[in-house]
Amino acid sequence: MADTSTVARTADGSRGVRYGLRALVVVYLVLLVGWPVSLVVRGAFADGLETLRTALSDPSVVFALQLTASVAVQVVVLNTLFGVGISLLLVRYDFPGKSLLNALLDLPLSVSPIVVGLSLVLVYGKDGWFGGTLESAGMQVIFAPPGIVLATAFVCLPLVIREVVPVLTEIGTDEELAATSLGATWFQTFRRITLPAIRWAVVYGVVLTLARALGEFGAVKVVSGNFEGRTQTSTLLVEQRYQDFEQGTAFAVAFLLASVSVACIVAVTFLRSDSPSSPKATS
Amino acid sequence: MTSTVAERPGRAARERRPAPAAPGRRRRTPNGPYRLTAASGLGLGVSLLWFSALALIPLVAVLVETSAGGWPAFVAAVTQPQTAAALTLTVTQALAVTAVNVVMGTVIAWVLVRDRFPGKRLVEVLIDIPFALPTIVAGLVLLALYGPSGPLGVDVANTRTAVFLAFLFVTLPFVVRSVQPVLAELDRDVEEAAASLGASRFTTFRRVVLPALAPAITAGAALSFARAISEYGALVLLSGNLPMRTEVGSVRILSYLENGQPAQAAAVASVLLLVSLLVIATIQLVQRRVARRG
Repeated sequence: MADTSTVARTADGSRGVRYGLRALVVVYLVLLVGWPVSLVVRGAFADGLETLRTALSDPSVVFALQLTASVAVQVVVLNTLFGVGISLLLVRYDFPGKSLLNALLDLPLSVSPIVVGLSLVLVYGKDGWFGGTLESAGMQVIFAPPGIVLATAFVCLPLVIREVVPVLTEIGTDEELAATSLGATWFQTFRRITLPAIRWAVVYGVVLTLARALGEFGAVKVVSGNFEGRTQTSTLLVEQRYQDFEQGTAFAVAFLLASVSVACIVAVTFLRSDSPSSPKATS
Repeated sequence: MTSTVAERPGRAARERRPAPAAPGRRRRTPNGPYRLTAASGLGLGVSLLWFSALALIPLVAVLVETSAGGWPAFVAAVTQPQTAAALTLTVTQALAVTAVNVVMGTVIAWVLVRDRFPGKRLVEVLIDIPFALPTIVAGLVLLALYGPSGPLGVDVANTRTAVFLAFLFVTLPFVVRSVQPVLAELDRDVEEAAASLGASRFTTFRRVVLPALAPAITAGAALSFARAISEYGALVLLSGNLPMRTEVGSVRILSYLENGQPAQAAAVASVLLLVSLLVIATIQLVQRRVARRG
């Protein structure tokens, strides 16, 4: 399966087809992804650093960036704890309804962000199932930061699980059993044996969650109310400024968001092929 | 053969990943699973409580809200002309995009696995960008290139092509990432045997490679369809959301909600939700069939 033998064997195949397909793929990806994405840089630096400086001196922009960062951190913590926990349960334990839970955990990836937002409003909104009770207890969820955290956690839910479960499945339980039989407590086994083994999977999950959390738009738009300076996150600000013909600010903030998310993806792509826990199949 | 099949899911899912390639989850460990202990039972309880509060109860609320008005209200909501137009547009464009993805995704996966050239890693990054890039930023940059002031002189803003383009951008990775690991693990001896028996490259591809890739392509196509019909952020700036012309399902839900018609919003949302469930069921079915064949 190694790349070298593959290429060596392909070399005697028809070169024309190979070069043709290669060119097709490169042109397609440049037109669909590469070129458009490069324009965010052009838009943000059209007047040199001035656009970025103006944007960052706007208190609403600073607030939106801070809100986005704080939401992303909360979501990463919540989803990592939940993700690692539920992965351990799914792989290591047997309980009724496990396969149903397994299937349901994938749901957030294919549900529309707008539906996510709507569903949270129906439950936690002022007239929702729990919203009234929570509000009389002094806790506003919808049109407030907790709603934004919930919506973002919802859409990012499977990302850590998807990374951790395959690794947990593959490492098996031999070393854990050995540790337990030598008298290690559950927590010692987890910290010394399991955690080091799934370390990289957790890192990938966290990075992917971070990228997704920074960029969530649709679900947040529904639950946040989009109040500038109170519940307006960075992505909402990009939309609003673009529609208000403040393209410079829109592009500056879009550039900041895009550079973090692209950095996350590049980091994962390169770590995956270099890290010790990456599969040998590609090397 | 048995060992490759047993190994494939886990490795494939870890290799690269995202959505489609996690069939490893469905496999039981050979040396587990244990019975629940008190501590793990408590953990399960807490996890389920959080999952219910976060996702299950809200999604059930959408269905309850929809069913509150009964069947006639549901039918009235989704056949209202503007809503019907939005749903039709969403489904037709999503199908078109999925068709393109099936072809281009397979081609891209093929090139990534079987070809080697400088800059291949860059191509890998380009494919993952739609996963990570905030959707509103995706819309913004597509508008910058294919909008009224784009350098190419192509202007698709406020047309149905804009919807197609936005869907195409966000669904790019699904088929590629689903097919790629399967193609990488494919046994090349069979292809060589076919070639040595005089099959042309095309015949070998059609009769030997394609059948092996079919489940992965189906899974990727299902995910890309599901993602397309639920997209919102990437097209909100691009398509102009013109009623009866470029408005899609998710935009319709949002405008119902903003107009204080949560029941109608929930009705349209239920349609989208049902399609998501159908897609997940399809993928599970395909994976189960593949597992049984192995």
